[in-house]
Order: sequence, then C-alpha cells, then structure tokens
Amino acid sequence: MSTDQQTAGRIHAITHRVTGAALRYPHPRAWDVCFAGAMALLVLFFVSVAWLFYKGVGVWGNNIPVNWSLAISNYIWFLGVGHAGTLISALLLLVNQGRRNELNRFAETMTLFSVVCAGLYPVLHLGRPWLFYWMAPYPNSMGIWPQFKSPLAWDFFAVLTYLLVSVVFWYIGLLPDLGIMRDRAKKRWQQVLYGIFALGWRGSARHWARWETAYRLSAAIAVALVVSVTAEYSLIFAAGPVPGWNSTIYPPYFLMGAVFSGFAVVSMITAVLRPSLDISDLVTDRHLDLLGKLTLACGLMTAYGYVAEAFTALYSADKFEIQTLADRVSGSHSFSYWGAIVCNFVPLQLLWFRAVRTSPLALFAIGLSVTVGMWLERYMLLATSLYRDYLISSWGGYAPSLWEWLLFAGMLGVFFVPFLLFVRFLPMMSTFEVARRIYNEDDREAHHA
Amino acid sequence: MREPAPSDRPFALLAVFSGPAALLAATRQVREEGYTSVDALSPFPIDGMTEALGFRDGRIAWWTLFGGVFGAVAGFAMQVYTVWDYPIDIGGRPVVAVPAFLLITFEVSVLCAVFAAVLAMLIYNRLPRLHHPLFGRPEFDLSAVNSFFLVIFANDPKFDLEASRQFLSAMTPVSVEVVGSAEEAE
Repeated sequence: MSTDQQTAGRIHAITHRVTGAALRYPHPRAWDVCFAGAMALLVLFFVSVAWLFYKGVGVWGNNIPVNWSLAISNYIWFLGVGHAGTLISALLLLVNQGRRNELNRFAETMTLFSVVCAGLYPVLHLGRPWLFYWMAPYPNSMGIWPQFKSPLAWDFFAVLTYLLVSVVFWYIGLLPDLGIMRDRAKKRWQQVLYGIFALGWRGSARHWARWETAYRLSAAIAVALVVSVTAEYSLIFAAGPVPGWNSTIYPPYFLMGAVFSGFAVVSMITAVLRPSLDISDLVTDRHLDLLGKLTLACGLMTAYGYVAEAFTALYSADKFEIQTLADRVSGSHSFSYWGAIVCNFVPLQLLWFRAVRTSPLALFAIGLSVTVGMWLERYMLLATSLYRDYLISSWGGYAPSLWEWLLFAGMLGVFFVPFLLFVRFLPMMSTFEVARRIYNEDDREAHHA
Repeated sequence: MREPAPSDRPFALLAVFSGPAALLAATRQVREEGYTSVDALSPFPIDGMTEALGFRDGRIAWWTLFGGVFGAVAGFAMQVYTVWDYPIDIGGRPVVAVPAFLLITFEVSVLCAVFAAVLAMLIYNRLPRLHHPLFGRPEFDLSAVNSFFLVIFANDPKFDLEASRQFLSAMTPVSVEVVGSAEEAE
C-alpha cells in the first residue's frame, strides 16, 4: 500500500467519524436531556416576552436614571461572546494556524446564535417594539429619515451587517462538508436535505480555487468587521456625556473584553463537546493549550483596560469622573466591580501553567469564571455610570426585576436550542480543512524521506 | 473551459484514483498530453492542483473590490441624501457630518464586499446545480475512500472514447468509467 493510499485512508477515517457523528449522534440520551432543558428555557423566553409585550417595559426594574438595564448589558455581553467565534476562525485562517480547523465550526456556530440573542435585546427593550423597523431607512409617509449622526443608528447597521456576514461566512465554510454529508447519508430525507443545502457541490478543482478566494477574502474582511462592530457599540457609551463612559479607551477596551469572554465560552464549549462527540483524539490537548493561551493573553489586555480606565478617571481631575470611580469601587453596585475583577483575573492566572491549560475540567472552570466575570463587567459599566450622574436630584437606584432574570434565562434557551440542533445534525469540524492539513503533512514527510 | 451540454453522450470519462498525490500526478500527465477540457474533483482542496490544471481566475477579487467600493459610495450617499431631504440641526453642527457618517459607510461597504465575493463565487462556479451528469455514476462519491476523480470531458478536441480510455487506464487508476448524459435512464 503506497503512502498516498495511507493518507487517503487516514483522511477517510476522520471524515467518516466526523460526518458519522452528525448522521448518527454518539450519545443521543445525553443530547435529549440537554435539549429538553434548552426547550424549557425557550418556553420561558416566550412566556417572559409575552408578558413583557402585554404589560410593557414596566415589568422590568429599569427606570430613569438607569434606563439601560440587563437588556443592554446582556446585548453587549452576547455580542462580545460572538466576536471570538469570528476572530478564532478568520484570524487563525489568515495566519495559517492549522489547529484552527478543529475549532472553527462550533466557534462560528456559537457566534451565529449569540448575535441572534444580542440582536433581540435592543428590540425587546424598546417601549414600542413593533416599531423597531423605524431604525431602517425606508421612504415613509411621515417624510422622515433615521438620525444617522446617532450611535443608535450606527448600531442597527453594524449588528445587521455582522449577523448577515456571520451567516454567509459560516455557510460558505460549511458548503463542501455538506457535499460530503450528502454522499455519505443513507436515509432518503437526509440525502435530500443535505443535497439541497450542498447546492450541488462536487469538489471540482476550479470550484475549490474560486471558493478559496472568496472564503479568504471574506475572512480578511470579517476581522476588520469585528473591530468596527465593537468600536461602534462602545461609541454608544463613549459618545455620551456620562461620567465613566466618555473616554477614548472604550473601543479597544470593549474589543479585548469581547474577545476575552468569547474565548472563555469557546473553551467551555470545547471542553464539553470533546467527550460528547468522541473527538478527544482530534481536538487534542494542544488545542486546549492554544485556547488557554488566547484566553490568558486577551485577559491580560482586558486587565490593562481596567487599569487605564481607573487611571484616566484619577488623572482627569474631574470630580464627576472620580465620583463614578468611587461609586464603582464602593457604591451600591460595587459587587459587580469586585466580582468582575475577581472572576476575570484571579483564576485566569492559573493559565500560566501548561498543566492547567491542557486540563479540560480546569479550562472549563476558568472559562465559566471569566464568562460570569465579563457579564458582571458589562453590568457594572452600565449601572454604576447611570445611577449617579451630575445632579444629585437625578440620582436613583436600580435592581433587576424577576422578569428581567427570567428573560435572561429564556434567552439562553434561544441560544442553546438551535446550537444543540446544529451540534447534532451538522459536522462540527471542518473535515475538508483537516483532510487538507493531513495531506500536506504527509506530503512533506514523503518529500523528506 | 466549458463543460459539454448535459445531453451530450458520452458526457465524459471518469478515472477514480486512490489518493490525492496520485490524482495530482495524473492531472499533470493529462495536461502534458494536451487535453484541455479536464477537471479534477476531490473532497478537499489539493495544493498545487490549480496550477496543475493551469487555472487562474482573478475575477472574484475584482468583484469583491467592486462590491466594497459600491457599498461605500452607496452607504455614504444614502446618509447625505437623507440629511438633505430631512435636515436635523443639532447645535448648529454641519448637516453633512462626514466623521459621523463613516461608520455606516464602512458597514455597508463590508456587507456589499462579502456578498459580492460569495455571489461571484457561486455564479462563476455555476452553483447551485443540484444535478450533474457525474452524480449519475455510483463511483462518484465524495465520502468514499477512493474519492479522487479525474474527468476528461467529451468536448475536448483530443477526446476519443477508446484512445482516451486507454490513456487513462495506463495511469493505474482504481477504475475508468464512461459518464453518460444526464437524460439517460438510470
């Protein structure tokens, strides 16, 4: 048997397993339990949205002065989590980091659904959510147009673009695998469904060449897009004359925080999917090591953002800025400030050790801690800046109501239901990219010999 | 290169190979022999195959650039037109505020560039095309062990059913098949 045939055999075995897991899921019972839980959360989502639409935003705890409540802090948190999926996929593709190919599919899938969750929040947060389409510029009988100098109008374009580009990038990356799934499927309905979505992909060398151009160009553009989207929603804060927000540190600070939380979530998903899909030999310890290092690097850059923020407030000699800093450290929401610092940066230091980075359990625990910490940070940035601004007469308090918490729990259902369906029915690894890497490695070895 | 019409019979000759390196070597050989209407199909992109086929297509990059420029102009023009149509005076600041308009300009540019890249890729690849004469052959299976295929289309000037078949067989493929037209009964 020639080495070429051995290469083909190895590639076939891996393709067979990855696509096989999508055709016949290895642990259907565990999946059913998770899916039932996610469906329960989804029901909760519909109940809390129905109640919200029936009674109005008064069922939430937000009011003047804290009118951006959990809705907007969750919006930023979900978007931030999503950014890591795009970056891990696009950036590592462009720098030819081979270990990207085992991680990118589920990271991108995570991006899709976190952007969906994020996009729902500002709409639900509107007093009259059925008029959300007023954000779009369309000729109307009122004879008016959106206010394009407002960061809120920028937001509409940024998030919509991000969602559409994420969907297209994900789908184009999946297309060749759908072709393999179509040929692999035995059941008629699977052949028809995978066949339709594979668009008749047949792996022609000419198709591959054009596909590669389009895919790499989209990846390069997507990296710039992520930076612009975080910059955009950080400007919603930074462009406002509110102490604690009005600062130029915001765009880079938000970008690092976003990617930090996203890598943490990707680490958690990787740690869970490895045993669930029986792919521990493909997604190896070296992948966990890579994720651990990325999380650590982004975490340290986020920590720099915290220091720069505090320094800017102290150095400004602006008493309102200093007051806001004091409110964060010791005010009524100080739990969120200290919670963010502890959850984000204390367990993170364990990632300096290789043994911790390559332990799925430890990586999961640290990822969870960072996910919670970054959630607290987004909450802290909103609440502590808004509840006390310039005039004492406009000070107020804020505590999230039960319905805000229920909606948040329900939103996790909006994330998990489609995510679990994708894990079950689509190949969760880019099989053709893995195959290509194996071929190139074997080819190089053959030339050496 | 243009493929023959799906109704032409025979449509092509299909040689099945057992590995990527064998397919790459065979493709080079077929090209050296002077065949031009040739394609190599595989479940993953084989580096060097594009060059072996002598294929070059820079049009997608140009369409992406066009999409980006078009989006930037359209996005900026949309904002300028709407503020002229319905001016909102905020503290006497300029009606056309260029710095404030650049973010949406950039987003629309990105959206159009990515859509142009992907649409150009699909259109030049003639996809979606749910049926193709190759799909009629049971050997053509991207998930099989031997999923490396070399195709000489019947509209190649050098194509001769017997001679070409012998030429392909000489490269020791797993098998050589005649691909009939799409209209043939299965």
